[in-house]
Amino acid sequence: MADDRQSGTAGRALMPASGAGVLPSVGPRLVTVVSLAGLLAIWWVAAILADSRVLPTPPQVAEAFWRDAATGELFFHLAMTLMRVVAAFVLAMVIGSVIGICLGMNREANRFFDPWLILFLNIPALVIIVLAYIWFGLNEAAAIGAIAVNKIPNVVVTLREGARTLDRDLEEMARVYRFSAMKTLRHVVLPQLQPYFAAASRTGISLIWKIALVVELLGRSNGVGFQINLYFQLFDVASILAYTLAFVAVMLTIEFFLVQPFEAHSTRWRPKRARG
Amino acid sequence: MSNLSKPIPPAGGPNALEVDIRAKTFRGADGEDVRAIEAIAFSVAPASFATLIGPSGCGKTTTLRIILGLDREFSGSLKLPDSGGRVAAVFQEPRLLPWRTVDDNVRLVLSDEEADGDLDDLFEILGLAEMRSRYPAELSLGLARRVALARAFAIRPSLMVLDEPFVSLDEQTATRLRALLTNVWSARPTTAVMVTHNLREAVELSDRIIFLTERPARVRGVYEIDKPRAERDSRWREATLTSIAKRYSGIL
Repeated sequence: MADDRQSGTAGRALMPASGAGVLPSVGPRLVTVVSLAGLLAIWWVAAILADSRVLPTPPQVAEAFWRDAATGELFFHLAMTLMRVVAAFVLAMVIGSVIGICLGMNREANRFFDPWLILFLNIPALVIIVLAYIWFGLNEAAAIGAIAVNKIPNVVVTLREGARTLDRDLEEMARVYRFSAMKTLRHVVLPQLQPYFAAASRTGISLIWKIALVVELLGRSNGVGFQINLYFQLFDVASILAYTLAFVAVMLTIEFFLVQPFEAHSTRWRPKRARG
Repeated sequence: MSNLSKPIPPAGGPNALEVDIRAKTFRGADGEDVRAIEAIAFSVAPASFATLIGPSGCGKTTTLRIILGLDREFSGSLKLPDSGGRVAAVFQEPRLLPWRTVDDNVRLVLSDEEADGDLDDLFEILGLAEMRSRYPAELSLGLARRVALARAFAIRPSLMVLDEPFVSLDEQTATRLRALLTNVWSARPTTAVMVTHNLREAVELSDRIIFLTERPARVRGVYEIDKPRAERDSRWREATLTSIAKRYSGIL
């Protein structure tokens, strides 16, 4: 016993202690800041050189931002878009995951529905949005539904791949030890699909908010997409950029403070690789 | 078990395990049927330990899968020690849930009423007391196998099935693990069937050894051992191995 207990501790020693990870992570963060500052500098210089109304400098964009922020208008439209993004995201993830897992586990169903999936994957977002508005009217449900339907096929494809790789050995273990269906789903199946959920939500969030803007532009009277359309007609590029950057900032905040901590938590059991 | 003053709880099911497989065929990759098992019939008395030994690919693991209910396509019959009782399995691979700690892995197999029960004695006897909050990826194979044993014993099964539980361990770790298994099993003897390639292991642990032929498998012979486990010293083991080897040529 002494022997393998020792190898157990050796295994732990290979993993970086949580405190040691802080110092090297300052490096990459600094790189990010420098990189973004570089991009800002290029934009600034280009705007000064161009000296045109259609390419505003960063201070002009900031000014447009403060103007709409002070009236609260900007936050209202951000909130409306965020609401649509979140609703469509939840809808797409739930429906897409259920369909994807079913297809991944059932060969016949997959063979039958695969052509449907390919069809839906290839319908342009614009077509789905226009049809949704025509069939269901210019309302919130049609808007959110159209965004979700655009995303569902991607979630299905990712989760189907995940369900195909489910470990049979663990499933047999769960059967022998008489896990209930709920217990098997929660402790055996879903944890194995976690990387696939992560991948689907990563690509999902960015895709969904881009589609959300088109939906708002075509048939809603508020939201970032509506505002961008408005400022497009006024030829106000500074305001367009202000809204875009503000919403990108919202999405980055979600990424850093929600998605990444959640991912770190749900993958804490994985053996950590040594950092290069 | 460490605490000998405790009364030993009744273990295993009331009846013998009776296996009677008359035929088992597999559909091969080329579409042809392959006969895996010709006829395997044996019984394991309540609270005794039986071992299946045979050449590689002869259908030992298939037999265990049939006993576990993982493979129902065979002709023949199967009688478990206790029809409502639970069956525990120790697979060749530990088959632990990587996203759950050692403690959770063992607790998850317990029924809801037992889930908060006291597992201290079990972890202690298997030398896992300090490993309970570790994740399986942090364990060596030997330790992971011990967790798999803990999980099997935790449900107080009426039948225990072990598929080469000591394979691919270094000899020292395997010896230690065999001793642990003997300890924890003796504390609460449970009807058990084990598959192994290792005759020494079989002689050390079993009450009955069942020898199988090449595929399609038949029972080649049954060897009974009456000697109490505590008295099976190395001299006795060598003598037994020699007499078995004489009886079943080519077995060692």
